[in-house]
Amino acid sequence: MVCREVIAFLDDYVAGSLEPARRAEFDRHLAACTSCVAYLGSYRETIRMAKAAAPAIEDVPPELIAAILAAIAK
Amino acid sequence: MSSAAEATLVAGLRAGDSTAFETLLDKYGARLLRLARRFCGSEEDARDALQDAMVSVFKSIGNFEASSMLSTWLHRIVVNACLMKLRTKKRRDEIDIEEVLPRFQEDGHQLVPSQPWTESAQSMLERDELRALVRSSIEQLPETYRVVLQLRDIEEMSTEETAELLGITPNAVKIRLHRARQALRALLDRHMRS
Repeated sequence: MVCREVIAFLDDYVAGSLEPARRAEFDRHLAACTSCVAYLGSYRETIRMAKAAAPAIEDVPPELIAAILAAIAK
Repeated sequence: MSSAAEATLVAGLRAGDSTAFETLLDKYGARLLRLARRFCGSEEDARDALQDAMVSVFKSIGNFEASSMLSTWLHRIVVNACLMKLRTKKRRDEIDIEEVLPRFQEDGHQLVPSQPWTESAQSMLERDELRALVRSSIEQLPETYRVVLQLRDIEEMSTEETAELLGITPNAVKIRLHRARQALRALLDRHMRS
């Protein structure tokens, strides 16, 4: 197995949806390839960061509530 | 909200009670507005989308099935309103995704070896500029990829729900999500590695 295959199916590896034999092939490659280990780490971190970067929840501005209620009343 | 309180709220909505709509906005409005802000490029579009969605709720509350979760139903209506809004807008500053996907040597090894990152999502929570960087990088993804990333990784919808909402196959969702993550990783890479 080479880096191209590992990266092509990295989503399945991260999701834990690979067959055990296939996963073992991935693990063997990762044990020997620091570049793919780095890629895997940054891929996982990307998923976490996308989630963590979400804006904070803020109350709906009163003028928007008024506009919505007016639109519904039409 | 308890199921009894939700049933009372739905009954009020079905009766066209404006107080029920105020309660709906009070309970769910802030989360739904945040959802719209994630999808729409501007505050104005997010507000318009939420307003359009609430009008849709008013018109279609009769179709809401009591066996469903009200929050999930509202969520879908807001996403649909945002997608409608996005279709009428020409987006700018989108990257060509092919340009940022990993490249390989003929023997299948990475052309440019990847480096470990020193920044983490945990450290990002403490730094506003990192959060802004991630958000602006997500904004640069082509819409077809960005929307899938938002629905799957940020809103945590299933592959099947996402496919149904977007009218594409589950396999297309899977492919787009993987490419979107890879592209976002590439955009963040130079800022995050050691």
